[in-house]
Amino acid sequence: MASVVQPKHDPGQIQRPRNPPPGRTPWAVYVYEAPVRLWHWVTVVCMLVLVVTGYLIGAPPPAILGEASNSYLFGYIRMAHFMAGQVLAVFFVLRIYWAFVGNHHAREVFLPPLHRRSWWKGLFDQQLYYLFIKPEAKKHLGHNPLAGIAMFAMCILPLAFMIVSGFALYAEGLGMQHWMYSAFGWVIPLFGGSFYVHTLHHIGMWILIVFSCIHTYLVFREDIMGRTSIVSTMVSGWRFMKDDRP
Amino acid sequence: MGRQETFYETIRRQGISRRSFMKFCALTAASLGLAPEFAGRIAHAMENKPRVPVLWLNGLECTCCSESFIRSAHPLVRDVVLSMVSLDYSHTLMASAGHQAEEILEEIRRDYKGRYIAAIEGNPPLNEDGMYCIVGGRPFVEQLKEVCADASAVIAWGSCASWGCVQAAKPNPTAATPIHKVITDKPVIKIPGCPPIAEVMTGVITYMVAFDRLPELDLMGRPKMFYSQRIHDKCYRRPHFDAGQFAEKFDDEGSRMGYCLYKVGCRGPTTYNACSTIGWNEGTSFPIQSGHGCIGCSEEHFWDNGPFYQRLLGTRLLNAEVNADTVGAVTVGLVGAGVAAHAGLSALQRAREKAGRASAAPVDTGVEG
Repeated sequence: MASVVQPKHDPGQIQRPRNPPPGRTPWAVYVYEAPVRLWHWVTVVCMLVLVVTGYLIGAPPPAILGEASNSYLFGYIRMAHFMAGQVLAVFFVLRIYWAFVGNHHAREVFLPPLHRRSWWKGLFDQQLYYLFIKPEAKKHLGHNPLAGIAMFAMCILPLAFMIVSGFALYAEGLGMQHWMYSAFGWVIPLFGGSFYVHTLHHIGMWILIVFSCIHTYLVFREDIMGRTSIVSTMVSGWRFMKDDRP
Repeated sequence: MGRQETFYETIRRQGISRRSFMKFCALTAASLGLAPEFAGRIAHAMENKPRVPVLWLNGLECTCCSESFIRSAHPLVRDVVLSMVSLDYSHTLMASAGHQAEEILEEIRRDYKGRYIAAIEGNPPLNEDGMYCIVGGRPFVEQLKEVCADASAVIAWGSCASWGCVQAAKPNPTAATPIHKVITDKPVIKIPGCPPIAEVMTGVITYMVAFDRLPELDLMGRPKMFYSQRIHDKCYRRPHFDAGQFAEKFDDEGSRMGYCLYKVGCRGPTTYNACSTIGWNEGTSFPIQSGHGCIGCSEEHFWDNGPFYQRLLGTRLLNAEVNADTVGAVTVGLVGAGVAAHAGLSALQRAREKAGRASAAPVDTGVEG
């Protein structure tokens, strides 16, 4: 479990006892360690680049007239896509490593605890809250169950698929004798050919766009309406509680 | 059958000089992408090895593979058919017919057990016990299994034999099935294409006869020497692709300027074949060179990967033509609308809570911020 540590700075407007009485939740908990936060923001930047360049690779901008030797526009768009993809992949691997060595919040997006009854209860609770049926949902130090499963199914899995299929497509250009083709070439026949891998890679982009829309909305909504800090937590790592209720 | 003549004996008998023979070997080595010293090895093989019997079977197909094959220039198909191999059975090319022709199959299977090549054009339909394709009064699938059982190697000519092609396109009513799913006990060399390039077909046969082994195959079972790169990788319009110069329509300025056909649906980036290097009709041209995008005929499911003139896979949904981008954009639009509606409702709920709290407990100035 996360340790109860005093924050380095006081967020000011929240007045809470520094050492909560027994039975009361602490008012600030260190949840996201630095590598997790770094991964998050690097992934945000990479995904922005990847979505814009990836969309353009699927639907290129109008042609620049003149000699082909005077322009390398599409080449640069693809280069940006490949570079952002490789950075994303490296940080994704480091993030998986951190899931093993980091605190237990570093693991929750990879392993939603589907076997726990309390998890399922929390999942329905959270849905009732979002459907305006229940006035408030239970507070969670890390992800609430709904957020955790969404993070796993709509972010972690699609990202893993995009990385593997992306490297397979990239390896096609490098050639069959390249080690990257040996490592990822099996993906091409698995999905029935290069054309299908391209199509699925494209659909993966849309899934991640949909995820990003919902994710961005909900973190800001929780930050404003919820009872814990959300957005600032991914910057400082500290989760602040705005009240004492569970 | 008596002793088979060697290739060299045959061509000498036909009055071809040794000098021409050596030239042929060098050209063949070059067309296979082999180093110069392999010309000597090919010559040695041609001088010493008896001609290999080939049984060419036709299942569900359109004969475009045969049509392509007989147009091979390097090596000339005449050299392959009459001298290099002994093409003993082929519906299209053999002189014999009826029972006489069918007897040849039996004879070769008996006399050359394990030493002949089965070259299959087309594929067997498996529904209704194979009754959709009858050869010599029997389902083709039976003939196929018998001939392949004793063959040293099986070549699957064209996309029909390799992937299923048109007759296996959705919904595939006859259950047309590619060869490698019927013949599972020996390697099947796939030579996809609709049709395959003539020089690729003769080149593969030459390699197998000359070196007495199968060419190196890729993950999908195609010879690497011809199928290890995409059309796109060696396309002469590739500089326009990198420059971002695309034809938007087939009659626009970009099309006239010879720009990349990517946006009008060219399948070059997803198609493994040698069209952009070897070309067609003695290297005269290939689809992209004549101004039409590649339709990806050598790829699996190519007939279902339409429309041919769009980049993305299209499908019909709710009676409208859609692709991944239309579905994606509509989904994001709906999610956006949902988010906006949810945000509106949230604001409303919050306002009502505040109003309720203000009337109930006017002194509470909590920090639920």
